[in-house]
Amino acid sequence: MSVQIRGLSRSFGDRTVLNGVDLDAEPSRVLALLGPNGAGKTTLIRIVATLLRPHGGTVRVAGHEVVTDPVAVRGELSLTGQFTALDDEQTGRENVVMTGRLMHLGRRAARGRATELLERFSLGAAADRRVRTFSGGMRRRLDLAMSLVGSPSVLVLDEPTTGLDPVSRDELWDVVGELAADGTTVLLSTQYLPEADRLADRIAVLHEGRIVADGTADELKSRVGGTRLRMTFDGPGLDRAQELLRDLGPLRDIGRRELDLASDGSAAHLHRLLAELDAAGTLPERVSAHRPGLDDVFRTLTTANDRS
Amino acid sequence: MSAYPTAPASGPSAAPSRPTVPATVRPRHTGTRAALSDAATLIGRSVRLTRRDVEMVVLALVLPLMMMLLFVYVFGGAIETGGAYLDYVVPGIVLLCAGFGAASTAPAVAHDMTGGMIDRLRSMPIRPSALLVGHVTASVARNAVATAVVVVVALLMGFRPAAGPLGWLAAAAVVLGYVLALSWLAAALGTVARSVQGANGATFVMLFLPYLSSAFVPVQTMPAFLVPFARYQPVTPVIETVRALLAGLPAGPALWSALAWEAGLLLASFALAAALFRRRTRG
Repeated sequence: MSVQIRGLSRSFGDRTVLNGVDLDAEPSRVLALLGPNGAGKTTLIRIVATLLRPHGGTVRVAGHEVVTDPVAVRGELSLTGQFTALDDEQTGRENVVMTGRLMHLGRRAARGRATELLERFSLGAAADRRVRTFSGGMRRRLDLAMSLVGSPSVLVLDEPTTGLDPVSRDELWDVVGELAADGTTVLLSTQYLPEADRLADRIAVLHEGRIVADGTADELKSRVGGTRLRMTFDGPGLDRAQELLRDLGPLRDIGRRELDLASDGSAAHLHRLLAELDAAGTLPERVSAHRPGLDDVFRTLTTANDRS
Repeated sequence: MSAYPTAPASGPSAAPSRPTVPATVRPRHTGTRAALSDAATLIGRSVRLTRRDVEMVVLALVLPLMMMLLFVYVFGGAIETGGAYLDYVVPGIVLLCAGFGAASTAPAVAHDMTGGMIDRLRSMPIRPSALLVGHVTASVARNAVATAVVVVVALLMGFRPAAGPLGWLAAAAVVLGYVLALSWLAAALGTVARSVQGANGATFVMLFLPYLSSAFVPVQTMPAFLVPFARYQPVTPVIETVRALLAGLPAGPALWSALAWEAGLLLASFALAAALFRRRTRG
């Protein structure tokens, strides 16, 4: 297990941010840490990257404990933070070579590695321009190239695609996928469901300091129930239907006139539902059934926890 | 320095935990050699960044030159110092220039501390405080160049100090001590600052002190309530020392006073910077 987290807790003052987190990330796999803003994603990432001390529990990276042997952890792991850590007034190449030197590659090895990485991230042509002139996507790619100089076995990415345009985002996703295919352990935090869905082999949902779900995207989706029903109402019927259906389970008002709720997919359930609505005089105009998406999972898991 | 990427990896235990990755040979990350290499890398970075920062170069070079021209050609005629005003004012300009040069260390440090750079460095197998060493060393280098330029221009304007080579050397050493102490102080201010602008503002005192010293006018010409402050604040003995050394005169008690201030300020600033850095990066 490249990253092994057991009973991790951390608070800031009297605010508990992480409260007994268990999590494992494996080589050649992408583990996405999914959660809303303020769920504790960045805190967890910073503890794994040795930037923040845990208050309880243990975190091991490639076998090394983050508190007792941070230098060994830093030799194995690389962090790409939310904010790119680049020197605008150095060239792309100078930035990468500098990182190589700080990873204690020799001068020649650092240069060689820089050229290799700049080519790999399609920055070869721009390598000798100052970073100030780079686009947002180029900056992200350069940041990632710098992260990889020391050939880390564990790559930690904190919301890597925030603020990127779709094309740059796709490029970054491809690169992360390739890295995992090459054997790197990838732990990334994100608040975008499509990102987790597309990129992650496993998704851990972090909510209020705990992991509330951990599994593949499909496993998580089936946890929410096999089918979602979407009902469209005409204007005045909506409120009454909403009142009636609220008692039947998590309900979402997803459009101006649409409601969305879980079902077991059986005809009996649908029949009962429609009968009740009919009796109340608010029969929907239209009903459709669909497989739950990751956002259904997310909402269900996080709102269920809110109520408990 | 380039010949040790083949040093043994951290241990055999690294390999089994990642079966699909070929065991990467890790260079050594600890020891004096790694520490010196890190310092050299970050000094190189800071020097490069300084050279490319047009604003900083202007502040460090053009401003002191303008001040010298202003004081010599505009105000100088009206100031009575008992000799050529140029000879009187050059040491003051040199120290004013050193103040500006050292002060720009603060925003540079603050930029790294508040942006992503400090996180990157802290997540690497290095001692992140090498960052401060890089900034301070670049500051000293920048100031050495700026001071040389100011002195050369002064010589062109007719500055003719009587000092021999030893006097020059001694004066240079006193200025160096002053720059080093101020650079560490600026580094400490940059470490605590919450923003680059805040760091800039915090160095105000450093920039202002030379005006309340014997840099531009003799202390005894100031109003009585200012005289004690002007006489005993750190900049005055440093300036008096440099002035005496360049004039080929014995520096007298001012020398000891200057050295004591510099040593005290240097030690206090270094300790402060180290403590603040540790606190800021404690996690």
